[in-house]
Amino acid sequence: MSTTAERSAVGAELALEMYRRMTLIRLFEEQANELYRTAKMPGLTHLYIGEEAVAVGVCSALRRDDWITSTHRGHGHCLAKGAEPGRMFAELLGKEAGYCRGKGGSMHIADHENGNLGANAIVGGSAGIATGAAFTAKRRGRGQVAVCFFGEGALGQGLVYEVMNMAALWALPVVYVCENNLYNEYTHYLEATAGELLARPRAFGIEAREVDGQDVRAVYAEASDLVERARAGGGPAFIVANTYRYHGHHVGDVDRAYYRAKEEEELWRSERDPLALLGTWLEAQQLAAAADLRRLEDDARGEIERALAFALDASFPDPSQVTEDVFA
Amino acid sequence: MSSPSALVSAGTRTLSFAQAINEALAEELRRDPTVFVLGEDVAEAGTPFKVLSGLVEEFGPERIIDSPISEAGITGLGVGAAMTGMRPVVDIMFGDFLTLVMDQLANQAAKTHYMSGGKLKVPLTLRTTMGATRRSAAQHSQSLHAWVAHVPGLKVVLPSTPADAKGLLKAAIRDDNPVVFIEDKMDYAVKGEVSDGELDIPLGVADVKRVGDDVTIVATSSMVRAALEAAEQLAADGISAEVVDPRSLVPLDVGALVRSAQKTGRAIVVDEGHRAYGASAELAAVIAEGAFWSLEVPVRRLAALDVPIPFSPPLEDVTVPTPELVAQAARELCGK
Repeated sequence: MSTTAERSAVGAELALEMYRRMTLIRLFEEQANELYRTAKMPGLTHLYIGEEAVAVGVCSALRRDDWITSTHRGHGHCLAKGAEPGRMFAELLGKEAGYCRGKGGSMHIADHENGNLGANAIVGGSAGIATGAAFTAKRRGRGQVAVCFFGEGALGQGLVYEVMNMAALWALPVVYVCENNLYNEYTHYLEATAGELLARPRAFGIEAREVDGQDVRAVYAEASDLVERARAGGGPAFIVANTYRYHGHHVGDVDRAYYRAKEEEELWRSERDPLALLGTWLEAQQLAAAADLRRLEDDARGEIERALAFALDASFPDPSQVTEDVFA
Repeated sequence: MSSPSALVSAGTRTLSFAQAINEALAEELRRDPTVFVLGEDVAEAGTPFKVLSGLVEEFGPERIIDSPISEAGITGLGVGAAMTGMRPVVDIMFGDFLTLVMDQLANQAAKTHYMSGGKLKVPLTLRTTMGATRRSAAQHSQSLHAWVAHVPGLKVVLPSTPADAKGLLKAAIRDDNPVVFIEDKMDYAVKGEVSDGELDIPLGVADVKRVGDDVTIVATSSMVRAALEAAEQLAADGISAEVVDPRSLVPLDVGALVRSAQKTGRAIVVDEGHRAYGASAELAAVIAEGAFWSLEVPVRRLAALDVPIPFSPPLEDVTVPTPELVAQAARELCGK
């Protein structure tokens, strides 16, 4: 299937919806950063700003009953799979109205109604879960697919290879999405990665492709191709989405000069921003005017403000809930 | 050896521990299409212990699945399958390999229900083994049940008889939580009476394997046999020992242990895990906390020595408690 042909099939409606979702993620994350800076949020969080096109491009290719697993940098995946920002903010704040009743926090949001099996604070830890979900999908035969989001740092953990081997052996409908944002925490991935990234899945005979993770249309095109292939029984696939984390490893990682240059950050922000790239394309194709995009942004801003107010007003769980939910 | 739990109304058959495990799996595989078995050499080989022989012939390779030698991977796959509606039974050949699956057990399976605020469930059963004296040396002989019992969110079951093995495994598979089910390798050939009918043995209910008045011996897994043999020896000396098998470490039937210790006034805990920070320490502590004012003497612990399990038979044989050691401890407690 021609990637270019697929890409051109991204019509106005889908492109605008992807623009809206990426905007929602960007604004959500800006507010999450503010919650940290103003000491309203307990603990830390890992921002997805800069990587929005990966989650939105991939999740736009999924059905609601498809499953995803997510990472410590998971707010983008969660929103892209359909979660409500209000209940997400509530979880970030440890409130009872949060997706996990405040017990999970930023690094563990799960939204099972939308097929999100949860964010995971072990970088390769969810690879087994996604592969197991794909096992269930194959057994059920309803055409469901599982997507495993992880960062390139997770390629250092053995579990990923154990389950890719089984996914390939048993032709499981799982798509491994490696978000290569260049940094394993504070270390450039090239200092920690021998050989070629794509050679790793290919060693198992897994279809593996590289995509510009800042171009949401390109991500969507590759993801839909590989997701539909998996749905049809074609087995697992692997996508390396080249992207960039605008902020630090977490919100407290503000002095980054020792591991990456300011110029590099500015270059990605100014030249490779996923929202700007899609906005420019929409205007050039005359699918949207600048005013349309501004209106979308204003609507998203309103949604985020209402969500935040809801979460700030929400109650903390009663301490008596601490012993609930240990066992089902 | 009188055993209240052996009193059954329906007909009974004599089964080995291994046959009982096999029957439990077969019955649950027949009953529930979401149950499947995943592990190394579980299909045609029926595991190195031949516990699963015949299952692949009845249920096929789609449900009795030979896996790569990837303990973490199959456990992780099991967690994901369980979260999405299946009831996997993951087979980890040797308990020593729990070391390889700990992230998937402790960080994923155990915490998913809690971290999701009760929304996600992990009805996973992980079967594995324990037990020394098989001349298998330090990496195939450990009893690591305390490692998993320490993690909130995991249930931990240690059956000691064929009937308990069958009933508890069926309960584990039907449970909506991750259950680590640990079988002593030395028990597989042990025979016992098993009821023909549906066994109803809930997790978390201790069983008095022998009733007595002078001393309580709380024993787990194959140490129950050691305790029962010790009780026979003690009877000859005029000491009446009560043998209590908790059957599961999590949930733990604290009440049953405390009641027995309150009745006899003396308690010994026998467990095949290492002594330091082990299951025997926890069992002794709950008895000391709950029955302190009834105890004539401090609670005694018998456990594996705090050494890696050695290969050489004369060395290995002194690492784990024996009936003689249990009886000797009981005599000391009873002042005889």
